[in-house]
Amino acid sequence: MTQTTTESQVITMPGPVSADPVSAGTALVTARERALAVLGGEPDDATLRRYLHGIAGVDAVGLEQRAAALATRSIKTTSKQWALDRIISLIDLTTLEGADTPGKVRSLVAKAVSPDTTDATVPRVAAVCVYGDMVPYALDALGDAHGDPDDGLISIAAVATAFPSGRSSLEIKLADTAEAVAAGADEIDMVIDRGAFLAGRYGLVFDQIAAVKEACRRPDGTSASLKVILETGELVTYDNVRRASWLSILAGGDFIKTSTGKVQPAATLPVTLLMLEVVRDWHLATGQRIGVKPAGGIRASKDAIRYLVTVAETAGEEWLQPHLFRFGASSLLNDVLLQRQKMTTGHYSGADYVTID
Amino acid sequence: MSFLEYAPAPESRAILSLRGDYGLFIDGEFVDGRGTPFQTISPASEEKIAMIGNANAADVDDAVAAARRAYDRTWSKMSGRDRGKYLFRIARLVQERSRELAVAESLDNGKPIKESRDVDVPLVAAWFFYYAGWADKLDHAGLGADPRSLGVAAQVIPWNFPLLMLAWKIAPALAAGNTVVLKPAETTPLSALIFAEILQQADLPPGVVNIITGAGDTGAALVSHEGVDKVAFTGSTAVGRAIAKQIAGTDKKVTLELGGKAANIVFDDAPIDQAIEGIVNGIFFNQGHVCCAGSRLLVQENIHDEVVERLKLRLSTLRLGDPLDKNTDIGAINSKEQLERIRELSDVGVAEGAERWSAPCVIPENGFWYAPTIFTNVQTSSRIAREEIFGPVLSVLTFRTPAEAIAKANNTPYGLSAGIWTDKGSRILAVADQLRAGVIWANTFNRFDPSSPFGGYKESGYGREGGRHGLAAYLAPTPIGQAASRQRVAAPATAKPIETADAAPKRSRRSAQRRSASAPKKGTAK
Repeated sequence: MTQTTTESQVITMPGPVSADPVSAGTALVTARERALAVLGGEPDDATLRRYLHGIAGVDAVGLEQRAAALATRSIKTTSKQWALDRIISLIDLTTLEGADTPGKVRSLVAKAVSPDTTDATVPRVAAVCVYGDMVPYALDALGDAHGDPDDGLISIAAVATAFPSGRSSLEIKLADTAEAVAAGADEIDMVIDRGAFLAGRYGLVFDQIAAVKEACRRPDGTSASLKVILETGELVTYDNVRRASWLSILAGGDFIKTSTGKVQPAATLPVTLLMLEVVRDWHLATGQRIGVKPAGGIRASKDAIRYLVTVAETAGEEWLQPHLFRFGASSLLNDVLLQRQKMTTGHYSGADYVTID
Repeated sequence: MSFLEYAPAPESRAILSLRGDYGLFIDGEFVDGRGTPFQTISPASEEKIAMIGNANAADVDDAVAAARRAYDRTWSKMSGRDRGKYLFRIARLVQERSRELAVAESLDNGKPIKESRDVDVPLVAAWFFYYAGWADKLDHAGLGADPRSLGVAAQVIPWNFPLLMLAWKIAPALAAGNTVVLKPAETTPLSALIFAEILQQADLPPGVVNIITGAGDTGAALVSHEGVDKVAFTGSTAVGRAIAKQIAGTDKKVTLELGGKAANIVFDDAPIDQAIEGIVNGIFFNQGHVCCAGSRLLVQENIHDEVVERLKLRLSTLRLGDPLDKNTDIGAINSKEQLERIRELSDVGVAEGAERWSAPCVIPENGFWYAPTIFTNVQTSSRIAREEIFGPVLSVLTFRTPAEAIAKANNTPYGLSAGIWTDKGSRILAVADQLRAGVIWANTFNRFDPSSPFGGYKESGYGREGGRHGLAAYLAPTPIGQAASRQRVAAPATAKPIETADAAPKRSRRSAQRRSASAPKKGTAK
């Protein structure tokens, strides 16, 4: 990594971040100032290119070996119990279908609030993730349960910016975002312009993220948290993923997220490991903690536990909290519930003993 | 509760059915050794595992004689195809009993179960599979048509990879048509004795492989035995040198795989996260008990501080403890003697002015342990930069230019392995071309494959193990004009079906009476 100590000296952080990691979103002006300080110039194509291409490369074989080694950790008994509950509390329970209806969203919310109605000890998920037009129904269905996951409540995440392709004008993307925030979304999951990124127009991608970040602001001065979806399946190389991660963080993203779930491959352990290394390095350089959200394709508890291990051993255990790590998933929840039942009763039940939403 | 303090996940020892004492494996059976038996212990707890037979000179005579009989009567006459069948059978049995072997290896050696399970035992099977394939293709080994086997091979192996070194030695020897007398290290005989049970299970003809246990004097008696045609040794340079002297003037062929002080060279354009992993894997894999360990880190001066900083962070996440726990990264030091040597050299490093940093590990009460340690501010003249420590101790040195890196890397009496970390392919090739090391890894470290030859320059020994080159250590070209006649001799045995190849009469466990009866066999060896 080319991050040097001088950079962290230049940057003045707004107070110790560790004391307040839950602040929903960084103020835009801070993000821009920080980017200028790190980059040493205006975030145009040339400066960003110099910066992003100066970051050390990724050796694909080595990265995948490390991910495979982390996947061999054996998580048993009390550790497994803790992990299963933590996975639930880190889930963004998601429905992103063209066929979504208010009824489907209400059902999803009911599942989010009490994942297993037979067991009151099951924690709630962190958030529900829906299309922007479904935010009012989610808000209505959540009622008192709506709020910060740190308080045991459930946030609403909305995908925006012409999700999933991002093929639209900036105006429409901004309007899409503003509308979701106005409707009550706490978190915005935006997509980057992969075409622009692959064409080397890093300045354009930066400006779009920064503008969407601005559109996340509410009239009262607070801001919705911004998750930036890289769509790693379309970036293809690990070097691209690393550069896109840095770019998204520089532009003000609060979270970096692997995938929309609409493109294969979606989240993989090596890609998530790589993004965790980026947020770890960013934290070392600036003191700021950025979240990571693998999304799509994580269906089994066993896989999810491997992600927890990777988070804890890469970024650190403090990342295992809803404001710094999420699973974008739908079917994962039921598998965790089955595993949880098995740990309680000693027997495996079956798919009919957990509810579909 | 801290998630990172993973709940214990011990591999079950129930799969092991160990005996209280083990004899020597001679002529297909376990017999009592005539030396004073010794105890093998678990280095992680100092718990006693089993009593092990000790072979004296007479036992060595018996073993060599058995190997000679098996060579003359069975193995040298058997077709390569049938030898291959036995090797394939052994490979499959190793796979079938892989958990058992892994548990035994971790128990006796102290290495983490994740390494014995994921590295050692799978490689053992791979080695037998690989050389099983060669057994009937020796004409293509590069030694001309119909190369000859050498006869009886005396093989002495170290304690760092007990079973894997056994496979490196036995598999090519048998594939080439030799018979074997193997002596495992004194502190780690267990997996070799379980392997002997596998040989019985595989119905390998008696005497083709004999395993005798004991200390250095047993090994010395074996390699100097006049009935031996070939000596293969892996271990320290001091012992290797003694062996070379011992057999000088005889017609024994020899391969020595000795110590190392490998340079792991990290350039400033290296993929840094993977380089850190590679450095860790290079020196802390198997507690640094690796002859090809990357014990000298040569890092480009402009990234020295960053690399050391990241290395310390990474080392702080390593988990030291019970080798049988599936989450253990760093196991126990194999013996008290080795631990003392590591401590001594480490203290020398401090006395020489280097800065020592050890990972903050909780050291268990019993057993032999040494926390992963790195030395910075190490000078090229320091003993910790010159001598093989054979433990989890890394010396960090710097360089400014590729030329300086190459000069420093080569400035060692050893020459076993080296590593290069850079994103620039052309630099990998240019630097590798000038490094005097038998194995060079680029953007990785400590990776092994049976098809790849392994061996060193200078004081790291001579000869190669693995790959086609590894066969050459157990074969000699047939003298011109003799190939046709040899093939005729071999013809009847090729037709012999594998099931009857081991039809030699079964003997019962040797009694005191047999012991004296076998004494006159001395001298019939050759």
